[in-house]
Amino acid sequence: MSSTPDLVANPEAARRVLTTRPTAQDIGFVAAARSAAVSTLVLMGLIGLFLLIGAWPALKSQGFHFLTRTEWLPETGTFGIASLLWGTILVGLLALVVAVPLGFGAALFISEYAPRSLKSSLVTLVDLMAAVPSIVYAMWALFFLQGHMLQVSQWLSVHFGSVLPFLRVDTPDSPSSYTSSAFIAGAAVGVVVLPTITSIMREVFAQAPIGEREGAIALGATRWGMIRTVVIPFGRAGIVGGIMLGLGRALGETIVVYAIISPSFDLTTRPLQSGTNTIASHIASRYSESGGVALSGLLGAGLVLFLFTLVVNTLAGVVVSRSRSGAATEI
Amino acid sequence: MTLTDDSHDQTLTLPAVLDSRGAPASLVADGVSAWFGDHHVLRDVTLPMPAGRVTALIGPSGCGKSTFLRILNRMHELVPGASLAGEVRLDGNDIYDPARRPIESRRRIGMVFQKANPFPTMSIHDNVLAGLALTGKRVRGRAADELVERSLRSAGLWDEVRTRLDAPGASLSGGQQQRLCIARALAVRPDVLLMDEPCLALDPTSTRRVEETIRAIADEVTVVIVTHNMQQAHRVSDRCAFFLAAEGQPGYIVEQGDTDDIFERPQDSRTSDYVNGRFG
Amino acid sequence: MSTLVTPETERIAQPAVAGRDPAVGQPPQRRVRIGGADPELVSHVVSAAAGALGLVWLVYERLVPMTGAIGFWLCWYVAFLALLTAVSATTLDRVGVTDRLVGALVTTAGLVLVACLAGIVLFTAVRGKAALSHLNFYTQTTAYIGPEAPLDQGGVFAAMVGTLEQVAISVVLSVPLGIATAVYLSEVRGKLARIVRSVVEAMSAVPTIVAGLFIYSLLILKLGQERSGFAAAMALSVSMIPVVTTTAEVVLRLVPNGLREASLALGTTHWQTVRRVVLPTARPGLVTAVLLGVARVIGETSPVLLVAGATNELNWDPTHNPQLSLPLFVFTDMRMPIDNAIARAFGAAVVLLLVVVVLFGLARILGGRPPGHVSRRKLRRLARQRQARATRLESEPVR
Repeated sequence: MSSTPDLVANPEAARRVLTTRPTAQDIGFVAAARSAAVSTLVLMGLIGLFLLIGAWPALKSQGFHFLTRTEWLPETGTFGIASLLWGTILVGLLALVVAVPLGFGAALFISEYAPRSLKSSLVTLVDLMAAVPSIVYAMWALFFLQGHMLQVSQWLSVHFGSVLPFLRVDTPDSPSSYTSSAFIAGAAVGVVVLPTITSIMREVFAQAPIGEREGAIALGATRWGMIRTVVIPFGRAGIVGGIMLGLGRALGETIVVYAIISPSFDLTTRPLQSGTNTIASHIASRYSESGGVALSGLLGAGLVLFLFTLVVNTLAGVVVSRSRSGAATEI
Repeated sequence: MTLTDDSHDQTLTLPAVLDSRGAPASLVADGVSAWFGDHHVLRDVTLPMPAGRVTALIGPSGCGKSTFLRILNRMHELVPGASLAGEVRLDGNDIYDPARRPIESRRRIGMVFQKANPFPTMSIHDNVLAGLALTGKRVRGRAADELVERSLRSAGLWDEVRTRLDAPGASLSGGQQQRLCIARALAVRPDVLLMDEPCLALDPTSTRRVEETIRAIADEVTVVIVTHNMQQAHRVSDRCAFFLAAEGQPGYIVEQGDTDDIFERPQDSRTSDYVNGRFG
Repeated sequence: MSTLVTPETERIAQPAVAGRDPAVGQPPQRRVRIGGADPELVSHVVSAAAGALGLVWLVYERLVPMTGAIGFWLCWYVAFLALLTAVSATTLDRVGVTDRLVGALVTTAGLVLVACLAGIVLFTAVRGKAALSHLNFYTQTTAYIGPEAPLDQGGVFAAMVGTLEQVAISVVLSVPLGIATAVYLSEVRGKLARIVRSVVEAMSAVPTIVAGLFIYSLLILKLGQERSGFAAAMALSVSMIPVVTTTAEVVLRLVPNGLREASLALGTTHWQTVRRVVLPTARPGLVTAVLLGVARVIGETSPVLLVAGATNELNWDPTHNPQLSLPLFVFTDMRMPIDNAIARAFGAAVVLLLVVVVLFGLARILGGRPPGHVSRRKLRRLARQRQARATRLESEPVR
């Protein structure tokens, strides 16, 4: 005969408190792991603190003008990163102009159009490209790309300069006015960040759900119709995240820019023309001759660059992780 | 356009609005065999699926019914290494003729899948019209709204979503999503509608509504439905084909005919075992 | 049994009657392979390409305001796309034509990507060949010779030694810290975990030049240390730690929870579980994490630029005196307007590329091994042990 528990008579039982006593081993283990994590925290804190403290004298002496002055003359006590910041953003944006369409197309190619046998080789190729050191890109850009892009710059300036003022150059007929420009540096940095953007977008496209893909195909969609309806809407966050991460990487790129440009401290309004500057490149070129306030200024510039990159990267991470596609993607 | 006011009757008498394709088409599979690489999965399936009728493919799981269904709308070839033999004729024309694009066949032979797959970034309204948008036939304004209403009514979903056509497609329940997919498939006015175990993931109430929908749309489309629920096959279909496959062997049709004959007077002992629930 | 007889169905042979095996007595079936190259697509593409070539060749430089090879091929590409659209429109509807066009654009992007990488690698290799073909390139240093010296003198030996030592020190500094932090984040999951994870993410956003600047101002200016290989290694660590930590954490997370639970259910401590179950299972992935961290850092120029000092001499001691490394070698030599120096720079760049590719390949191979993979050597050892045990049992008296 079965019985049912008497639920009314028994008042709510008193809950027990569970305790564990960790072994000595575990206490040691947790302590060791925690100290490693804390060390990482401390290291990062040190970096931030040191940059701040080191930059303080410069920031104090220049005040808000640190962000608005364009000249860099620490000997006379006036310096500011306005032209540097502007140049950094300009080169970053030019890099995106080159890398985003190419990266988007290449990611679609690898994910949707490439024959299956080639797919994994292509993915490996892209990852390998991302691992190539920037110094190699810098050499290629300096000795190969620049030569070819001079023609392009000249053509653009000569034919469209009259219509679009920012394409003008001071002496359009002389090829040397087109070397070492923001345009060429931007294009080179674009090639550097191309594999990053491609691989993030590709990973996201590959995760578009097969059920929705089949639904579109069964309705009689062409391949592009299916991509437009299913893959791209699914991968929206990955596209945005990839672009932002590419931008973050482009902002911090030092060697490629340093190798190509000839430094100038005006606010670059003519990207085709020779002369521009970025924060990273400026630090690399001036560190050895700087001390005191000048070095402090460099530290301040580095701090601003770091904050910029930090914001861009964090936003990218947030955008990707909050989306349907990003939940499984690792950046 | 005649509208029946009775809220239980979800169908309209349908005039030919968008194009001249009015009558449903017959589909015939002739000697169809299929392979995945070297793995032989279907053997010599010959099956007429008459126009305007519901044909059910029944049998235990793993017999190649879904594979056969996907051969009917040229989705089988999307799997790398897939191949087939035989012909599939839509109104007498082989859809696998090299001169015919798969896309054209898929526009005339629609499909509803086991797991409902509405496009989540689109509203209900846009989901229904998605098939037309994808095939390049833009419909706007009043014509679009009428088409959406008609398709949703055919699918038995209109009353439930009429006030929230702008809600995203994924915000519906499972049964509603499946009916939305049916509406989407119907909106392109296909000649044939293939259904791959459409009620597998649905609760009994949603299942009943989908079955009502199938019966109601049978005059405008030929329906071929895969199901391993025999009672459903009995309720919904006019003709049945019983598939079977031995372990490691390709699937084939054991018996086919009118539903009543298959269920009440099966000729083969295996058929009678299956329909009486002795296995599968 | 009845079948609905329509004019269509009448033409087919009687449907299978119950019981008869349909395969008997029929000829083997002809398989139709579907998919593969669409002949119409190929013909359209080829005709558009050829047509565009002819068209542009006729009008280039006469009608189009461009000169040079680049311009020619750009014009050809535009003409190709236009002709492809036109030709496709003869057989396809609007969506089909759009699909074709998009396919062409996307394929172009893919080809450009591949061409870029191939171009960079080939260009560097070709320009570096002159220097690389001399044996002294690998065994000598550029100390005591001028940059104009011919290529049969001098080499990257000092640079290679420097890179090796700096990376080794960086690994020693970063890997234990990184993996321990990853263990904290994944296994211990204490209260600090969220903060630490955000901080590690922030750390990966530090531009390498800023890392170099940080070590420069802290170590060299503030603490008065000298420029050395050790300082460079520290600057590299700042970039390496976040990479190792993030990758290692992902790998540790992938270890199935069931394994941890199985171990705990046997009565082990947390540490024993981590040490004997989690870490060994994750080992291939952890090796990948380390190798990827090294590959990322080995070619970094900016951190070492600031803190490693300038020298061409071979310096085995990373703690005193400036030390050369491969990226620095390339950077210094490539900016000299001297052909031999540039050639040497290209040679060093090739060496750097090779090192990165090898590391990358190793990471793929080692990381791809599943846990529990038994190497051939271990298999042989196990077989020997089994033999020894068998002979021992035989020689024991029967109880």
